[in-house]
Amino acid sequence: MQYSSQAVAKPYFIAAIGLFTGQVLFGLIMGLQYVIGDFLFPAIPFNVARMVHTNLLIVWLLFGFMGAAYYMIPEETETELYSPKLALLMFWVFLVAGAATILGYLLVPYATLAKFTGNDILETMGREFLEQPLLTKIGIVVVALVFLFNLTMTMLKGRKTSISLVLMIGLWGLALFFLFSFYNPHNLVLDKYFWWWVVHLWVEGVWELILGALLAFVLIKVTGVDREVIEKWLYVIITMTLVTGIIGTGHHYFWIGAPEYWQWWGSVFSALEPIPFFAMTVFAFNMVNRRRREHPNKAATLWALGTGVMSFLGAGVWGFLHTLAPVNYYTHGTQITAAHGHMAFYGAYAMVVLCIISYAMPILRGRAANSEKSQVLEMWSFWLMTVAMVFITLFLTAAGILQVWLQRYSSTPIPFMAAQDQVAIFYWLREGAGVMFLIGLLIYIASFFVSGETKAKAA
Amino acid sequence: MSGTFTKSMARNIFYGGTVFFALLFLALTFDSMQTIPKRDNRANLTPSVIAGKKVWEVNNCIGCHTLMGEGAYFAPELGNVYKRRGPEFIKAWIQSQPTGAPGRRQMPNFHLTEQQLNDLVEFLKYSSEINTANWPPNIEG
Repeated sequence: MQYSSQAVAKPYFIAAIGLFTGQVLFGLIMGLQYVIGDFLFPAIPFNVARMVHTNLLIVWLLFGFMGAAYYMIPEETETELYSPKLALLMFWVFLVAGAATILGYLLVPYATLAKFTGNDILETMGREFLEQPLLTKIGIVVVALVFLFNLTMTMLKGRKTSISLVLMIGLWGLALFFLFSFYNPHNLVLDKYFWWWVVHLWVEGVWELILGALLAFVLIKVTGVDREVIEKWLYVIITMTLVTGIIGTGHHYFWIGAPEYWQWWGSVFSALEPIPFFAMTVFAFNMVNRRRREHPNKAATLWALGTGVMSFLGAGVWGFLHTLAPVNYYTHGTQITAAHGHMAFYGAYAMVVLCIISYAMPILRGRAANSEKSQVLEMWSFWLMTVAMVFITLFLTAAGILQVWLQRYSSTPIPFMAAQDQVAIFYWLREGAGVMFLIGLLIYIASFFVSGETKAKAA
Repeated sequence: MSGTFTKSMARNIFYGGTVFFALLFLALTFDSMQTIPKRDNRANLTPSVIAGKKVWEVNNCIGCHTLMGEGAYFAPELGNVYKRRGPEFIKAWIQSQPTGAPGRRQMPNFHLTEQQLNDLVEFLKYSSEINTANWPPNIEG
Protein backbone atom coordinates (compact mmCIF):
# COMPACT_ATOMS: atom_id res chain seq x y z
CA MET A 1 0.00 0.00 0.00
CA GLN A 2 1.08 3.55 -0.67
CA TYR A 3 0.48 5.03 2.79
CA SER A 4 1.12 3.10 5.97
CA SER A 5 -1.91 4.62 7.73
CA GLN A 6 -4.19 2.90 5.23
CA ALA A 7 -3.58 -0.22 7.30
CA VAL A 8 -6.25 0.87 9.81
CA ALA A 9 -8.82 -0.21 7.22
CA LYS A 10 -7.95 -3.87 7.77
CA PRO A 11 -9.65 -4.46 11.14
CA TYR A 12 -12.72 -2.61 9.85
CA PHE A 13 -12.97 -4.98 6.89
CA ILE A 14 -12.45 -8.07 9.05
CA ALA A 15 -15.17 -6.92 11.46
CA ALA A 16 -17.50 -6.22 8.53
CA ILE A 17 -17.14 -9.76 7.20
CA GLY A 18 -17.62 -11.24 10.68
CA LEU A 19 -20.81 -9.29 11.33
CA PHE A 20 -22.05 -10.09 7.80
CA THR A 21 -21.77 -13.77 8.70
CA GLY A 22 -23.82 -13.15 11.84
CA GLN A 23 -26.44 -11.33 9.79
CA VAL A 24 -26.80 -14.25 7.39
CA LEU A 25 -27.09 -16.79 10.23
CA PHE A 26 -29.90 -14.81 11.82
CA GLY A 27 -31.52 -14.48 8.41
CA LEU A 28 -31.60 -18.26 8.16
CA ILE A 29 -33.16 -18.51 11.64
CA MET A 30 -35.89 -16.07 10.62
CA GLY A 31 -36.43 -17.80 7.31
CA LEU A 32 -37.06 -21.03 9.17
CA GLN A 33 -39.38 -19.31 11.64
CA TYR A 34 -41.51 -18.27 8.66
CA VAL A 35 -42.38 -21.92 8.12
CA ILE A 36 -41.66 -23.57 11.48
CA GLY A 37 -43.21 -20.85 13.57
CA ASP A 38 -42.00 -22.07 16.97
CA PHE A 39 -38.38 -22.67 15.92
CA LEU A 40 -36.11 -21.42 18.74
CA PHE A 41 -39.12 -19.94 20.56
CA PRO A 42 -39.04 -18.56 23.21
CA ALA A 43 -35.23 -18.30 23.24
CA ILE A 44 -35.08 -16.12 20.12
CA PRO A 45 -38.49 -14.69 19.16
CA PHE A 46 -38.80 -13.47 15.58
CA ASN A 47 -38.74 -9.79 16.51
CA VAL A 48 -35.41 -10.25 18.29
CA ALA A 49 -33.92 -12.23 15.40
CA ARG A 50 -35.06 -9.55 12.95
CA MET A 51 -33.61 -6.75 15.00
CA VAL A 52 -30.28 -8.60 15.11
CA HIS A 53 -30.48 -9.33 11.36
CA THR A 54 -31.17 -5.75 10.27
CA ASN A 55 -28.95 -4.05 12.85
CA LEU A 56 -26.02 -6.30 11.97
CA LEU A 57 -26.57 -5.34 8.35
CA ILE A 58 -26.41 -1.64 9.15
CA VAL A 59 -23.39 -2.04 11.42
CA TRP A 60 -21.37 -4.20 9.03
CA LEU A 61 -22.06 -1.83 6.16
CA LEU A 62 -20.95 1.07 8.36
CA PHE A 63 -17.78 -0.85 9.23
CA GLY A 64 -17.30 -1.42 5.51
CA PHE A 65 -17.87 2.25 4.64
CA MET A 66 -15.48 3.39 7.37
CA GLY A 67 -12.82 0.88 6.35
CA ALA A 68 -13.25 1.98 2.74
CA ALA A 69 -12.88 5.64 3.68
CA TYR A 70 -9.78 4.99 5.79
CA TYR A 71 -8.29 3.09 2.88
CA MET A 72 -9.29 5.52 0.14
CA ILE A 73 -8.81 8.94 1.67
CA PRO A 74 -5.01 8.74 2.24
CA GLU A 75 -4.53 7.50 -1.31
CA GLU A 76 -6.86 10.11 -2.79
CA THR A 77 -5.47 12.99 -0.75
CA GLU A 78 -1.90 11.71 -1.13
CA THR A 79 -1.14 12.15 2.52
CA GLU A 80 -1.11 10.01 5.66
CA LEU A 81 -4.25 9.83 7.76
CA TYR A 82 -4.55 12.65 10.30
CA SER A 83 -4.62 10.19 13.20
CA PRO A 84 -4.40 6.42 12.68
CA LYS A 85 -4.52 5.94 16.46
CA LEU A 86 -7.89 7.67 16.68
CA ALA A 87 -9.15 5.48 13.85
CA LEU A 88 -8.11 2.32 15.69
CA LEU A 89 -9.56 3.56 18.96
CA MET A 90 -12.89 4.24 17.25
CA PHE A 91 -12.78 0.79 15.73
CA TRP A 92 -12.74 -0.78 19.17
CA VAL A 93 -15.35 1.61 20.56
CA PHE A 94 -17.70 0.82 17.68
CA LEU A 95 -17.07 -2.93 17.84
CA VAL A 96 -17.62 -3.13 21.61
CA ALA A 97 -20.72 -0.92 21.46
CA GLY A 98 -22.11 -2.94 18.57
CA ALA A 99 -21.44 -6.29 20.24
CA ALA A 100 -22.89 -5.09 23.55
CA THR A 101 -26.04 -3.91 21.76
CA ILE A 102 -26.53 -7.21 19.94
CA LEU A 103 -25.97 -9.13 23.19
CA GLY A 104 -28.47 -6.82 24.87
CA TYR A 105 -31.07 -7.70 22.22
CA LEU A 106 -30.43 -11.41 22.65
CA LEU A 107 -30.10 -11.70 26.41
CA VAL A 108 -32.49 -9.14 27.89
CA PRO A 109 -36.18 -8.54 27.16
CA TYR A 110 -36.39 -5.46 24.95
CA ALA A 111 -38.57 -3.56 27.43
CA THR A 112 -35.97 -4.15 30.16
CA LEU A 113 -33.18 -3.06 27.84
CA ALA A 114 -35.14 0.12 27.12
CA LYS A 115 -35.63 0.79 30.82
CA PHE A 116 -31.96 0.44 31.74
CA THR A 117 -30.48 2.34 28.81
CA GLY A 118 -32.21 5.66 29.22
CA ASN A 119 -35.21 5.25 26.94
CA ASP A 120 -37.34 6.97 29.59
CA ILE A 121 -35.15 10.06 29.31
CA LEU A 122 -35.47 10.26 25.52
CA GLU A 123 -37.77 7.76 23.82
CA THR A 124 -36.08 6.69 20.60
CA MET A 125 -36.36 2.89 20.66
CA GLY A 126 -38.78 0.42 19.12
CA ARG A 127 -38.86 1.87 15.62
CA GLU A 128 -37.83 -0.27 12.68
CA PHE A 129 -34.05 -0.20 12.05
CA LEU A 130 -33.64 2.40 14.81
CA GLU A 131 -34.09 -0.11 17.64
CA GLN A 132 -30.72 0.73 19.20
CA PRO A 133 -30.74 1.86 22.83
CA LEU A 134 -30.17 5.58 23.40
CA LEU A 135 -26.62 4.91 24.59
CA THR A 136 -25.80 3.05 21.39
CA LYS A 137 -27.30 5.83 19.29
CA ILE A 138 -25.15 8.37 21.11
CA GLY A 139 -22.16 6.06 20.62
CA ILE A 140 -22.85 5.92 16.87
CA VAL A 141 -22.90 9.71 16.72
CA VAL A 142 -19.63 9.99 18.68
CA VAL A 143 -17.88 7.40 16.50
CA ALA A 144 -19.21 9.04 13.35
CA LEU A 145 -18.08 12.51 14.41
CA VAL A 146 -14.58 11.38 15.39
CA PHE A 147 -14.35 9.44 12.12
CA LEU A 148 -15.46 12.45 10.09
CA PHE A 149 -13.12 14.75 12.00
CA ASN A 150 -10.22 12.42 11.29
CA LEU A 151 -10.98 12.23 7.59
CA THR A 152 -11.83 15.89 7.15
CA MET A 153 -8.53 16.88 8.78
CA THR A 154 -6.77 14.49 6.42
CA MET A 155 -8.49 16.01 3.43
CA LEU A 156 -7.70 19.56 4.48
CA LYS A 157 -3.97 18.85 4.40
CA GLY A 158 -3.97 16.92 1.13
CA ARG A 159 -5.10 16.78 -2.48
CA LYS A 160 -8.82 17.26 -2.94
CA THR A 161 -10.24 14.92 -5.55
CA SER A 162 -13.85 14.68 -6.64
CA ILE A 163 -14.07 11.07 -5.45
CA SER A 164 -12.96 11.97 -1.94
CA LEU A 165 -15.25 15.00 -1.92
CA VAL A 166 -18.28 12.94 -2.95
CA LEU A 167 -17.38 10.29 -0.39
CA MET A 168 -17.13 12.90 2.35
CA ILE A 169 -20.45 14.54 1.37
CA GLY A 170 -22.04 11.09 1.56
CA LEU A 171 -20.51 10.33 4.95
CA TRP A 172 -21.37 13.72 6.44
CA GLY A 173 -24.89 13.29 5.12
CA LEU A 174 -25.07 9.87 6.74
CA ALA A 175 -24.16 11.34 10.13
CA LEU A 176 -26.44 14.35 9.70
CA PHE A 177 -29.56 12.38 8.78
CA PHE A 178 -28.96 9.88 11.59
CA LEU A 179 -29.71 12.73 13.97
CA PHE A 180 -33.39 12.39 13.03
CA SER A 181 -33.33 9.05 14.88
CA PHE A 182 -33.40 11.11 18.09
CA TYR A 183 -36.66 12.76 17.05
CA ASN A 184 -39.64 10.61 17.95
CA PRO A 185 -42.82 12.68 18.22
CA HIS A 186 -45.88 11.19 19.94
CA ASN A 187 -47.84 11.92 16.78
CA LEU A 188 -47.51 8.74 14.73
CA VAL A 189 -47.82 10.50 11.37
CA LEU A 190 -44.98 12.90 12.16
CA ASP A 191 -42.97 10.05 13.67
CA LYS A 192 -43.22 8.11 10.41
CA TYR A 193 -42.73 11.19 8.24
CA PHE A 194 -39.37 12.03 9.78
CA TRP A 195 -38.31 8.42 10.41
CA TRP A 196 -37.93 8.23 6.65
CA TRP A 197 -35.46 11.12 6.76
CA VAL A 198 -33.08 8.64 8.31
CA VAL A 199 -34.06 5.52 6.40
CA HIS A 200 -34.88 6.76 2.91
CA LEU A 201 -32.46 9.67 2.77
CA TRP A 202 -29.78 7.17 3.80
CA VAL A 203 -30.33 4.32 1.39
CA GLU A 204 -31.84 6.21 -1.54
CA GLY A 205 -29.82 9.36 -0.91
CA VAL A 206 -26.47 9.87 0.74
CA TRP A 207 -25.47 6.20 0.84
CA GLU A 208 -25.62 6.20 -2.95
CA LEU A 209 -22.96 8.91 -2.95
CA ILE A 210 -20.76 6.61 -0.87
CA LEU A 211 -21.58 3.74 -3.23
CA GLY A 212 -20.69 5.85 -6.26
CA ALA A 213 -17.41 7.02 -4.73
CA LEU A 214 -16.33 3.49 -3.77
CA LEU A 215 -17.18 2.14 -7.19
CA ALA A 216 -15.43 5.02 -8.98
CA PHE A 217 -12.30 4.50 -6.86
CA VAL A 218 -12.09 0.79 -7.61
CA LEU A 219 -12.79 1.39 -11.31
CA ILE A 220 -9.95 3.91 -11.59
CA LYS A 221 -7.61 1.41 -9.95
CA VAL A 222 -8.55 -1.70 -11.89
CA THR A 223 -9.13 -0.13 -15.31
CA GLY A 224 -6.60 2.68 -15.37
CA VAL A 225 -9.15 4.87 -17.16
CA ASP A 226 -8.51 8.60 -16.87
CA ARG A 227 -9.70 10.06 -13.56
CA GLU A 228 -11.35 13.01 -15.34
CA VAL A 229 -13.64 10.64 -17.24
CA ILE A 230 -14.58 8.58 -14.20
CA GLU A 231 -15.22 11.56 -11.96
CA LYS A 232 -17.40 13.17 -14.61
CA TRP A 233 -19.50 10.01 -14.68
CA LEU A 234 -19.63 10.00 -10.91
CA TYR A 235 -21.05 13.54 -10.82
CA VAL A 236 -23.64 12.73 -13.48
CA ILE A 237 -24.76 9.61 -11.61
CA ILE A 238 -25.05 11.20 -8.20
CA THR A 239 -26.86 14.19 -9.69
CA MET A 240 -29.53 11.84 -11.01
CA THR A 241 -29.53 10.02 -7.68
CA LEU A 242 -30.35 13.07 -5.61
CA VAL A 243 -32.59 14.77 -8.17
CA THR A 244 -34.82 11.67 -8.20
CA GLY A 245 -34.19 10.33 -4.70
CA ILE A 246 -34.90 13.36 -2.53
CA ILE A 247 -38.44 13.96 -3.78
CA GLY A 248 -38.65 10.17 -4.24
CA THR A 249 -39.00 10.04 -0.44
CA GLY A 250 -42.63 10.72 -1.27
CA HIS A 251 -43.19 7.08 -2.22
CA HIS A 252 -43.20 6.38 1.52
CA TYR A 253 -45.80 9.07 2.18
CA PHE A 254 -48.70 7.47 0.29
CA TRP A 255 -50.51 5.73 3.16
CA ILE A 256 -49.20 7.15 6.44
CA GLY A 257 -51.47 10.16 6.78
CA ALA A 258 -49.46 12.64 4.69
CA PRO A 259 -51.22 14.77 2.02
CA GLU A 260 -52.34 12.80 -1.00
CA TYR A 261 -50.37 14.89 -3.51
CA TRP A 262 -47.42 12.76 -2.40
CA GLN A 263 -48.94 9.96 -4.49
CA TRP A 264 -48.02 12.04 -7.54
CA TRP A 265 -44.70 13.43 -6.39
CA GLY A 266 -43.61 10.09 -4.97
CA SER A 267 -44.70 8.03 -7.98
CA VAL A 268 -43.17 10.29 -10.62
CA PHE A 269 -39.83 10.92 -8.96
CA SER A 270 -39.28 7.42 -7.61
CA ALA A 271 -40.17 6.01 -11.04
CA LEU A 272 -37.05 7.87 -12.18
CA GLU A 273 -34.86 6.40 -9.44
CA PRO A 274 -33.78 3.41 -11.58
CA ILE A 275 -32.05 5.81 -14.01
CA PRO A 276 -28.96 6.50 -11.87
CA PHE A 277 -28.64 2.78 -11.15
CA PHE A 278 -28.84 1.99 -14.83
CA ALA A 279 -26.22 4.65 -15.47
CA MET A 280 -24.04 3.01 -12.85
CA THR A 281 -24.23 -0.33 -14.67
CA VAL A 282 -23.41 1.29 -18.02
CA PHE A 283 -20.60 3.19 -16.30
CA ALA A 284 -19.03 0.07 -14.77
CA PHE A 285 -19.13 -1.94 -18.02
CA ASN A 286 -18.01 1.01 -20.10
CA MET A 287 -14.98 1.69 -17.94
CA VAL A 288 -13.97 -1.98 -17.83
CA ASN A 289 -14.28 -2.20 -21.63
CA ARG A 290 -12.13 0.89 -22.03
CA ARG A 291 -9.51 -0.36 -19.58
CA ARG A 292 -5.93 0.67 -20.21
CA ARG A 293 -4.38 -2.05 -18.11
CA GLU A 294 -4.98 -5.63 -17.07
CA HIS A 295 -5.17 -5.52 -13.31
CA PRO A 296 -4.23 -8.86 -11.73
CA ASN A 297 -7.21 -8.62 -9.35
CA LYS A 298 -9.96 -10.11 -11.53
CA ALA A 299 -12.22 -10.73 -8.54
CA ALA A 300 -12.43 -7.03 -7.67
CA THR A 301 -13.43 -6.21 -11.25
CA LEU A 302 -16.12 -8.86 -11.07
CA TRP A 303 -17.51 -7.37 -7.85
CA ALA A 304 -17.52 -3.90 -9.46
CA LEU A 305 -19.51 -5.12 -12.47
CA GLY A 306 -21.76 -7.14 -10.18
CA THR A 307 -22.53 -4.11 -8.04
CA GLY A 308 -23.67 -2.21 -11.10
CA VAL A 309 -25.95 -4.96 -12.36
CA MET A 310 -27.37 -6.09 -9.04
CA SER A 311 -28.00 -2.61 -7.68
CA PHE A 312 -29.88 -1.80 -10.88
CA LEU A 313 -31.96 -4.98 -10.57
CA GLY A 314 -32.54 -4.82 -6.82
CA ALA A 315 -32.89 -1.12 -6.17
CA GLY A 316 -33.91 -0.03 -9.66
CA VAL A 317 -36.15 -2.70 -11.18
CA TRP A 318 -37.52 -4.23 -7.98
CA GLY A 319 -38.02 -0.77 -6.55
CA PHE A 320 -39.92 0.37 -9.62
CA LEU A 321 -42.12 -2.76 -9.53
CA HIS A 322 -44.06 -1.51 -6.55
CA THR A 323 -43.35 2.22 -6.40
CA LEU A 324 -46.31 3.60 -8.36
CA ALA A 325 -49.07 4.56 -5.94
CA PRO A 326 -51.88 2.50 -7.56
CA VAL A 327 -49.63 -0.60 -7.41
CA ASN A 328 -48.23 0.20 -4.00
CA TYR A 329 -51.78 0.47 -2.65
CA TYR A 330 -51.91 -3.33 -2.92
CA THR A 331 -48.26 -4.27 -2.37
CA HIS A 332 -47.36 -1.95 0.53
CA GLY A 333 -45.95 -3.93 3.45
CA THR A 334 -46.04 -7.35 1.80
CA GLN A 335 -43.34 -9.86 0.87
CA ILE A 336 -42.78 -7.78 -2.27
CA THR A 337 -41.29 -5.11 -0.03
CA ALA A 338 -39.11 -7.78 1.55
CA ALA A 339 -37.99 -9.05 -1.87
CA HIS A 340 -36.96 -5.55 -2.95
CA GLY A 341 -35.22 -4.88 0.36
CA HIS A 342 -33.08 -8.01 0.10
CA MET A 343 -31.84 -7.55 -3.43
CA ALA A 344 -31.38 -3.80 -3.13
CA PHE A 345 -29.28 -4.00 0.02
CA TYR A 346 -27.23 -6.87 -1.32
CA GLY A 347 -26.80 -5.49 -4.83
CA ALA A 348 -26.02 -1.93 -3.90
CA TYR A 349 -24.39 -1.90 -0.49
CA ALA A 350 -23.24 -5.39 0.45
CA MET A 351 -21.66 -5.86 -2.96
CA VAL A 352 -19.89 -2.51 -3.09
CA VAL A 353 -18.36 -3.14 0.33
CA LEU A 354 -17.28 -6.62 -0.78
CA CYS A 355 -15.90 -4.95 -3.91
CA ILE A 356 -13.66 -2.51 -2.05
CA ILE A 357 -12.61 -5.29 0.35
CA SER A 358 -11.77 -7.46 -2.64
CA TYR A 359 -9.62 -4.70 -4.10
CA ALA A 360 -8.00 -3.40 -0.91
CA MET A 361 -7.52 -6.47 1.25
CA PRO A 362 -4.80 -8.14 -0.87
CA ILE A 363 -2.90 -4.83 -0.92
CA LEU A 364 -3.31 -4.48 2.84
CA ARG A 365 -1.84 -7.97 3.08
CA GLY A 366 1.16 -6.95 0.97
CA ARG A 367 0.30 -8.09 -2.56
CA ALA A 368 -1.34 -6.51 -5.59
CA ALA A 369 -3.80 -9.38 -5.90
CA ASN A 370 -4.48 -12.75 -4.40
CA SER A 371 -3.28 -15.99 -5.96
CA GLU A 372 -5.18 -17.45 -8.89
CA LYS A 373 -6.53 -20.18 -6.63
CA SER A 374 -7.84 -17.73 -4.06
CA GLN A 375 -9.45 -15.54 -6.72
CA VAL A 376 -11.19 -18.47 -8.34
CA LEU A 377 -12.66 -19.34 -4.96
CA GLU A 378 -13.73 -15.75 -4.41
CA MET A 379 -15.40 -15.64 -7.80
CA TRP A 380 -17.23 -18.87 -6.99
CA SER A 381 -18.50 -17.21 -3.83
CA PHE A 382 -19.56 -14.18 -5.88
CA TRP A 383 -21.71 -16.33 -8.14
CA LEU A 384 -23.13 -18.48 -5.35
CA MET A 385 -24.15 -15.51 -3.21
CA THR A 386 -25.43 -13.46 -6.13
CA VAL A 387 -27.44 -16.26 -7.73
CA ALA A 388 -28.77 -17.23 -4.28
CA MET A 389 -29.90 -13.65 -3.75
CA VAL A 390 -31.64 -13.62 -7.13
CA PHE A 391 -33.55 -16.73 -6.07
CA ILE A 392 -34.37 -15.35 -2.62
CA THR A 393 -35.79 -12.29 -4.37
CA LEU A 394 -37.76 -14.30 -6.93
CA PHE A 395 -39.28 -16.58 -4.27
CA LEU A 396 -40.23 -13.67 -2.04
CA THR A 397 -41.72 -11.89 -5.03
CA ALA A 398 -43.81 -14.96 -5.85
CA ALA A 399 -44.91 -15.19 -2.21
CA GLY A 400 -45.73 -11.48 -2.30
CA ILE A 401 -47.81 -11.62 -5.46
CA LEU A 402 -49.83 -14.50 -4.06
CA GLN A 403 -50.18 -12.75 -0.73
CA VAL A 404 -51.46 -9.61 -2.44
CA TRP A 405 -53.94 -11.64 -4.44
CA LEU A 406 -55.26 -13.70 -1.53
CA GLN A 407 -55.31 -11.05 1.16
CA ARG A 408 -55.75 -7.75 -0.67
CA TYR A 409 -57.00 -8.04 -4.24
CA SER A 410 -59.39 -10.97 -4.37
CA SER A 411 -63.12 -10.35 -3.98
CA THR A 412 -63.07 -12.64 -0.94
CA PRO A 413 -59.93 -11.59 0.93
CA ILE A 414 -58.59 -14.06 3.49
CA PRO A 415 -56.85 -13.22 6.81
CA PHE A 416 -53.09 -12.63 7.00
CA MET A 417 -52.15 -15.94 8.61
CA ALA A 418 -54.38 -17.94 6.26
CA ALA A 419 -52.61 -16.31 3.32
CA GLN A 420 -49.22 -17.06 4.88
CA ASP A 421 -50.09 -20.76 5.05
CA GLN A 422 -50.99 -20.71 1.36
CA VAL A 423 -47.61 -19.33 0.29
CA ALA A 424 -45.46 -21.47 2.61
CA ILE A 425 -43.86 -23.40 -0.25
CA PHE A 426 -42.13 -20.21 -1.40
CA TYR A 427 -40.76 -19.62 2.10
CA TRP A 428 -39.26 -23.11 2.03
CA LEU A 429 -37.68 -22.40 -1.34
CA ARG A 430 -36.38 -19.08 -0.05
CA GLU A 431 -34.79 -20.86 2.91
CA GLY A 432 -33.09 -23.23 0.49
CA ALA A 433 -31.70 -20.29 -1.44
CA GLY A 434 -30.60 -18.84 1.89
CA VAL A 435 -28.56 -21.97 2.63
CA MET A 436 -26.95 -21.56 -0.79
CA PHE A 437 -26.10 -17.97 0.15
CA LEU A 438 -24.46 -19.17 3.37
CA ILE A 439 -22.38 -21.72 1.45
CA GLY A 440 -21.26 -18.90 -0.85
CA LEU A 441 -20.34 -16.78 2.15
CA LEU A 442 -18.33 -19.60 3.74
CA ILE A 443 -16.42 -20.08 0.48
CA TYR A 444 -15.85 -16.32 0.41
CA ILE A 445 -14.32 -16.46 3.89
CA ALA A 446 -12.28 -19.54 2.93
CA SER A 447 -10.82 -17.61 -0.03
CA PHE A 448 -8.92 -15.43 2.46
CA PHE A 449 -7.10 -18.45 3.84
CA VAL A 450 -6.14 -20.07 0.56
CA SER A 451 -2.55 -19.48 -0.35
CA GLY A 452 -0.89 -20.56 -3.58
CA GLU A 453 1.47 -18.52 -5.63
CA THR A 454 1.16 -14.84 -4.98
CA LYS A 455 1.25 -12.21 -7.63
CA ALA A 456 3.80 -9.41 -7.74
CA LYS A 457 4.18 -7.36 -4.60
CA ALA A 458 2.10 -4.22 -4.34
CA ALA A 459 3.81 -1.04 -5.36
CA MET B 1 -19.71 12.03 -22.17
CA SER B 2 -17.00 13.74 -24.13
CA GLY B 3 -16.40 16.93 -26.05
CA THR B 4 -17.65 20.07 -24.44
CA PHE B 5 -19.27 18.54 -21.37
CA THR B 6 -16.59 18.90 -18.72
CA LYS B 7 -16.23 17.60 -15.19
CA SER B 8 -16.71 21.02 -13.68
CA MET B 9 -20.00 21.40 -15.57
CA ALA B 10 -21.11 18.02 -14.18
CA ARG B 11 -20.09 19.14 -10.69
CA ASN B 12 -22.03 22.38 -10.96
CA ILE B 13 -25.14 20.57 -12.15
CA PHE B 14 -24.75 18.22 -9.19
CA TYR B 15 -24.62 21.04 -6.66
CA GLY B 16 -27.34 23.07 -8.37
CA GLY B 17 -29.66 20.10 -8.87
CA THR B 18 -29.22 18.86 -5.33
CA VAL B 19 -29.84 22.24 -3.74
CA PHE B 20 -32.89 22.88 -5.94
CA PHE B 21 -34.55 19.55 -5.18
CA ALA B 22 -33.63 19.67 -1.49
CA LEU B 23 -35.33 23.07 -1.26
CA LEU B 24 -38.34 21.78 -3.17
CA PHE B 25 -38.54 18.85 -0.75
CA LEU B 26 -38.38 21.22 2.21
CA ALA B 27 -41.13 23.36 0.68
CA LEU B 28 -43.34 20.30 0.17
CA THR B 29 -42.60 19.23 3.73
CA PHE B 30 -43.55 22.69 4.99
CA ASP B 31 -46.82 22.44 3.07
CA SER B 32 -47.41 18.89 4.37
CA MET B 33 -47.07 20.14 7.92
CA GLN B 34 -49.93 22.55 7.23
CA THR B 35 -52.17 19.77 5.89
CA ILE B 36 -51.27 16.90 8.19
CA PRO B 37 -53.20 18.27 11.22
CA LYS B 38 -56.42 17.67 9.26
CA ARG B 39 -55.50 14.00 8.70
CA ASP B 40 -53.43 12.77 11.64
CA ASN B 41 -56.18 12.47 14.27
CA ARG B 42 -54.19 14.67 16.65
CA ALA B 43 -57.33 15.69 18.53
CA ASN B 44 -57.36 12.19 20.02
CA LEU B 45 -53.71 12.15 21.00
CA THR B 46 -54.53 11.63 24.70
CA PRO B 47 -52.05 10.79 27.48
CA SER B 48 -53.29 7.21 27.23
CA VAL B 49 -52.53 7.08 23.50
CA ILE B 50 -49.06 8.51 24.13
CA ALA B 51 -48.45 5.91 26.84
CA GLY B 52 -49.75 3.23 24.49
CA LYS B 53 -47.31 4.28 21.78
CA LYS B 54 -44.52 3.76 24.28
CA VAL B 55 -45.82 0.28 25.16
CA TRP B 56 -45.84 -0.44 21.42
CA GLU B 57 -42.25 0.76 21.10
CA VAL B 58 -40.56 -0.76 24.14
CA ASN B 59 -41.91 -4.21 23.30
CA ASN B 60 -40.65 -3.96 19.73
CA CYS B 61 -44.02 -4.84 18.20
CA ILE B 62 -42.74 -3.53 14.85
CA GLY B 63 -40.25 -6.43 14.82
CA CYS B 64 -43.06 -8.79 13.70
CA HIS B 65 -46.05 -6.63 12.74
CA THR B 66 -46.64 -3.81 10.31
CA LEU B 67 -48.31 -0.57 11.37
CA MET B 68 -49.74 1.24 8.34
CA GLY B 69 -47.75 -1.16 6.23
CA GLU B 70 -44.38 -0.39 7.80
CA GLY B 71 -42.47 -2.85 9.94
CA ALA B 72 -41.89 -6.59 9.65
CA TYR B 73 -44.03 -8.88 7.51
CA PHE B 74 -44.16 -11.85 9.88
CA ALA B 75 -47.45 -11.05 11.58
CA PRO B 76 -50.68 -9.17 10.74
CA GLU B 77 -51.06 -5.47 10.00
CA LEU B 78 -52.14 -3.66 13.17
CA GLY B 79 -52.93 -0.16 11.86
CA ASN B 80 -56.53 -1.24 11.43
CA VAL B 81 -56.67 -4.09 13.97
CA TYR B 82 -58.92 -2.04 16.24
CA LYS B 83 -61.55 -2.00 13.50
CA ARG B 84 -60.92 -5.64 12.55
CA ARG B 85 -61.04 -7.16 16.02
CA GLY B 86 -62.21 -4.59 18.57
CA PRO B 87 -60.70 -3.70 21.97
CA GLU B 88 -61.67 -6.76 24.02
CA PHE B 89 -60.37 -9.27 21.50
CA ILE B 90 -57.04 -7.42 21.25
CA LYS B 91 -56.53 -7.48 25.00
CA ALA B 92 -57.54 -11.10 25.38
CA TRP B 93 -55.33 -12.10 22.49
CA ILE B 94 -52.23 -10.39 23.89
CA GLN B 95 -52.83 -11.93 27.32
CA SER B 96 -53.26 -15.44 25.99
CA GLN B 97 -49.92 -15.52 24.16
CA PRO B 98 -48.01 -17.62 23.38
CA THR B 99 -50.47 -20.14 21.99
CA GLY B 100 -47.90 -22.90 22.07
CA ALA B 101 -49.56 -24.51 19.02
CA PRO B 102 -46.86 -26.75 17.55
CA GLY B 103 -45.24 -25.37 14.40
CA ARG B 104 -47.26 -22.15 14.46
CA ARG B 105 -45.71 -18.69 14.65
CA GLN B 106 -45.45 -17.67 18.28
CA MET B 107 -45.91 -14.29 19.89
CA PRO B 108 -44.21 -13.81 23.27
CA ASN B 109 -46.15 -12.88 26.38
CA PHE B 110 -45.08 -9.36 27.29
CA HIS B 111 -46.65 -9.43 30.79
CA LEU B 112 -48.50 -6.17 30.25
CA THR B 113 -50.51 -4.66 33.09
CA GLU B 114 -54.19 -3.84 32.69
CA GLN B 115 -53.23 -0.18 32.37
CA GLN B 116 -50.66 -0.93 29.65
CA LEU B 117 -53.17 -3.07 27.75
CA ASN B 118 -55.72 -0.26 27.84
CA ASP B 119 -53.14 2.28 26.70
CA LEU B 120 -52.02 0.04 23.85
CA VAL B 121 -55.61 -0.43 22.71
CA GLU B 122 -56.12 3.33 22.84
CA PHE B 123 -53.01 3.78 20.69
CA LEU B 124 -54.30 1.24 18.16
CA LYS B 125 -57.69 2.97 18.14
CA TYR B 126 -56.01 6.33 17.47
CA SER B 127 -53.89 4.75 14.72
CA SER B 128 -56.92 3.25 13.03
CA GLU B 129 -58.54 6.71 12.81
CA ILE B 130 -55.67 8.38 10.94
CA ASN B 131 -56.62 9.31 7.37
CA THR B 132 -54.47 6.88 5.36
CA ALA B 133 -56.00 7.60 1.94
CA ASN B 134 -58.23 4.55 2.32
CA TRP B 135 -55.38 2.11 2.93
CA PRO B 136 -55.37 -0.88 3.51
CA PRO B 137 -57.57 -2.08 0.65
CA ASN B 138 -59.74 -4.18 2.96
CA ILE B 139 -60.21 -5.04 6.61
CA GLU B 140 -57.72 -7.94 6.52
CA GLY B 141 -54.90 -5.37 6.30
